[in-house]
Amino acid sequence: MLSDKEQLRYARHLLVEHIAEAGQVKLKQAKVVIVGVGGLGCPAALYLTAAGVGELTLIEHDKIELSNLQRQILYKTNHLKRSKVEVAQQQLGATNPEIKINAINQSVFNSNFTSLIQNADVVLDCTDNFKTRYFINQACVDNKVPLVTAAAIAGNGQLMAFNLRDENSPCYACLFPEPEPNEESQAGLNCATAGVISPLLGVMGSLQALETMKLILGQTKSAGKLTSFDAWQLSFSQIGLRKAKSCKCCN
Amino acid sequence: MIRVLFFAQLKEQLGCEQLDFPSAGIGNLADLKAALTAQGEQWQPLTQTNLMMAINQEMADLEDSVADRDEVAFFPPVTGG
Repeated sequence: MLSDKEQLRYARHLLVEHIAEAGQVKLKQAKVVIVGVGGLGCPAALYLTAAGVGELTLIEHDKIELSNLQRQILYKTNHLKRSKVEVAQQQLGATNPEIKINAINQSVFNSNFTSLIQNADVVLDCTDNFKTRYFINQACVDNKVPLVTAAAIAGNGQLMAFNLRDENSPCYACLFPEPEPNEESQAGLNCATAGVISPLLGVMGSLQALETMKLILGQTKSAGKLTSFDAWQLSFSQIGLRKAKSCKCCN
Repeated sequence: MIRVLFFAQLKEQLGCEQLDFPSAGIGNLADLKAALTAQGEQWQPLTQTNLMMAINQEMADLEDSVADRDEVAFFPPVTGG
C-alpha cells in the first residue's frame, strides 16, 4: 500500500501503464545493492532513490577527490575528502526520505558481500575494474541474484542485465571469461588512464537504473543482451547473449 | 562479402569501424579472425584475449560458421565507471 504522500510523490509513475500502483508497491518492497558509487553509481542511485526503490545498499570505500566532480554528480565541491558512501547516503536521503539507504564504507571484498546480496532483488555493478566485476558476477551467480552491469570509458559504454534467477541466463563471464592467472591480462583501461566524457556516465548509469526497475517490475525482455553505446556517433547496438557451455562461473 | 564491425576501444585501436571482407575461404569465425589478423601488424589488437564475437547480432564462438552476407561484430570488454 502507498501512503497519501507516496501517492503524490510517485504520481507520474502511477500514470504509467507498466508501473501503476501495483508496480510502485513492488519498487517500494524492493531491495537493491549498488557496488561502486562513482560515475555510474551516482546517477543510478539518484534515479532509483527518486523512483522509490524501498531499500538501497551502497558499497564503496573511496573518498571524494577533486577529479571525481567532473562526473560523480552526487558530490559537491564542499564534500572533498569525505567518504563517498556517507555523502551519497545524505544526499539521497534528502532526495527521498521515504526510503531506507544503507551505507557500507568498505571494499566489496571485505564487505561480507554474500550476506548483503542474499535478500536483494537486483545488484548493480557500477565498478571500474575487471577483478571486482568477476567477483560480483560470481557472487550473483552463486546466490541467483539478478545483476545489472555497466561500464564506460572514453566515449564507449556497455550495459548488460542478467536475470540470474533463470538458470538459462548467461552471466558476465560467459561473454568475457576471466583470464587464467598465467594469461596476459586485458588492457587495464579505466577512467583514470583513458578518461571519459562526463555525460556518458549519466547515460549508462541511468540505463542501469532503468534495467533495474524493469527487473523489479518483471519486465525481463531486454535481459541477456549486450547494449553498446557510442557517444560520438550517438548510436546504440545490441547483441543477443547466450550461456557459454564452457563458462567456469555459471555451470 | 562479410560485413565486419568493431566496437568500443577496438574501433580506435584498429582505426576502423567497419569493413567488407571477402567470404571466399572463410568457413567459421576462427578463419575470419585469422584472415583479418594476417593483414598486418595493425590488426594485432584482434588477438587479445576476451574478445566477444557476434554473428548477425547474436553471440557466437570461434567454431561457428560464417557465410557470405553475414554481419560479424567484435566486442572487447569495457571497464571503467
